[in-house]
Amino acid sequence: MSISVPPNTEQSSKGIQPTGWLRYFSFSLDHKVIGLQYLVCGFIFYLIGGALASAIRIELTSPISDFMPRDVYNQVLTLHGTIMIFLWIVPVVNGAFGNYLIPFYVGARDMAFPRLNAVAFWLIPPAGLMLISSYFINGAAQSGWTAYPPLSITTPAAGQIVWILSVLLLGGSSIFGGINFIATILKLRRPGLKLMQLPMYCWAMLGTSILVVLSTPVLAGTLILLSFDIVAHTGFFNPSLGGNVIVYQHLFWFYSHPAVYIMVLPAFGLVSEILPVHSRKPLFGYATMVYSIMGIVVLGLVVWAHHMFTSGTPPWMRLFFTIATSFIAVPTGIKFFNWVATLWGGRISLNSAILFSCGFIVNFVLGGITGVALAQVPFDVHVHDTYFVVAHFHYIVYGGSVFVIFSSIYHWYPKFTGKMLDEKLGKIHFLLTFIGFNLCFAPQHWLGLNGMPRRVAEYDPQFTFVNQISSVGALLMALSTLPFLWNVFHSAFRGESSGDNPWQALTPEWLTSSPPPVENWVGEPPLVTKPYGYGQSQLSKEIPNSFIEDKK
Amino acid sequence: MTTISSVDKKAEELTSQTEEHPDLRLFGLVSFLVADGMTFAGFFAAYLTFKAVNPLLPDAIYELELPLPTLNTILLLVSSATFHRAGKALEAKESEKCQRWLLITAGLGIAFLVSQMFEYFTLPFGLTDNLYASTFYALTGFHGLHVTLGAIMILIVWWQARSPGGRITTENKFPLEAAELYWHFVDGIWVILFIILYLL
Repeated sequence: MSISVPPNTEQSSKGIQPTGWLRYFSFSLDHKVIGLQYLVCGFIFYLIGGALASAIRIELTSPISDFMPRDVYNQVLTLHGTIMIFLWIVPVVNGAFGNYLIPFYVGARDMAFPRLNAVAFWLIPPAGLMLISSYFINGAAQSGWTAYPPLSITTPAAGQIVWILSVLLLGGSSIFGGINFIATILKLRRPGLKLMQLPMYCWAMLGTSILVVLSTPVLAGTLILLSFDIVAHTGFFNPSLGGNVIVYQHLFWFYSHPAVYIMVLPAFGLVSEILPVHSRKPLFGYATMVYSIMGIVVLGLVVWAHHMFTSGTPPWMRLFFTIATSFIAVPTGIKFFNWVATLWGGRISLNSAILFSCGFIVNFVLGGITGVALAQVPFDVHVHDTYFVVAHFHYIVYGGSVFVIFSSIYHWYPKFTGKMLDEKLGKIHFLLTFIGFNLCFAPQHWLGLNGMPRRVAEYDPQFTFVNQISSVGALLMALSTLPFLWNVFHSAFRGESSGDNPWQALTPEWLTSSPPPVENWVGEPPLVTKPYGYGQSQLSKEIPNSFIEDKK
Repeated sequence: MTTISSVDKKAEELTSQTEEHPDLRLFGLVSFLVADGMTFAGFFAAYLTFKAVNPLLPDAIYELELPLPTLNTILLLVSSATFHRAGKALEAKESEKCQRWLLITAGLGIAFLVSQMFEYFTLPFGLTDNLYASTFYALTGFHGLHVTLGAIMILIVWWQARSPGGRITTENKFPLEAAELYWHFVDGIWVILFIILYLL
């Protein structure tokens, strides 16, 4: 039994932590506080990364480099990529929602290793501050988020070393988090709760954590070697000393391709939680959803070299990685059709949460289709290192993960705060984001197909008009943050009270008060064996009576 | 201090979790070792690829001397066995014996490090000489770091075991188990490293 902590709520909820906003600045071991710390900290970095993205798009409104010097552009580009991936999406889809939801989903009072959990979070702010401050001290890293040698060895060393240290800290944070999630999901399950009865997000986090534990250490080792190349002038990746840059690419993508799944698999899980609630239907094809997550985990580990089709990869390798990559479309397609089938014929309430989730489905399909196209060697050789690739991965990571993060915030905000978000502002936020996003990135497919290279501050004048359209889209995306921020702050103080379960959801986290007590549940956790049992009659036996009465 | 009390409260909760799931911490450690093993796997893959694709890799120029690394292999394998004896002694409630075996294990680990240092001094190449030298030192050095940490862990466990009041007992033997698992892991990695680096 994972839950024999005495439910001494009266006593403990007073002495446990600073109340109000102060507790989010304290070193708390409560998984709910840590989850929100991840979320808020990640969002601050999102605003910084977004400001950098806006700077990039301003620079690209004209074909010459007039807004900032070229090496500053390279630094901004590198910071933007690094911040968005390592400080915003990965920590938020994993750390924030994982920490908040997983203990509820497995019926535990906390994560398996609360201290390790706090350490994992508190590695992030210093790493992020270090990374950003390197821009002001001696110039940030300027070799892109991939830090390919020999470029990363030959550019000024200080920023690159800070970049490596920062990514190592963040990698450590993510490994600690991954170990914690695996232990929590596999070992702390409430007695009587079988693996195949867990909410889908648990499966997504289990798959993601396996990827994290298997692939992040390889990146860490690689970056240590790279830092030796820079500091001690060893020759691992330095061709002039006999080193091999292709080996760096292999090792780097062995982490960084799975990193894509570390960013989207949790998003898949979150969407699978949100869609059934707001369409009042059970999740379609639970078992196939589980198997496809595990299929994506396995395939995700064996497709890295499709990033290297133009790096002199031998033909047999190209063939293998083309086939393996194309195969990922199968489990992903299964998930996509299952989401559509979940929505199909449901009583959909078109609120902000489900709008963002549907936006995710649309964007992710577009990004997925261009992904299958990019897996084919002839096509990839044509568009390699052009804006087509930029468009593709922004459709995956922004259209995929960030849309889901917003959807999840709209869905779980009542859980976090006990207050409702304003729907009208939410819809404005959605429209601005969706239109801005597509206006920004859809034209970049055209740019890429016509040969505009990525990662450069200057381009051929014939691309000017399309780039300007793209920049207008980016401006809309930047604007879309304003109604969201206003909504979140205003609702926290003046929002209408949500009650414990505003969506009438059946997943375990809603079967306690909102916001939840420190022990998660007063008394025993409820045993929810059918988290998606909407409209199913056997339900009344399995969830607490008090909840059924609420529903009537 | 409210934060302190929250730490205490949650720490209680942590203990209760581990009491109910006695293998939880060991499970976490195994996950960590899997991650650590992947770092080595990455290094090994890099080394083997360098060796396979780079004709300039001058491992033909250097004939690595085998006696010292073979001695090192024996030292580590024996130390794995002595650690096992320490665990057995603890189960048989023979605390003195357990401490003695722990100390012997730590001594073997330190002997390994000394012997590796000696090997480093006799090698005809330095860290930055060329790719081969760099990878050689990176692999053995990273492993040596693990041996150092392991030896420190064993000494801590030994110190805990001999302190009166006994922080290591048959009921609370997790520190010993954790150190033992880690030590076996480090030894296993060395065997792979020995084969790849010296024998292949």
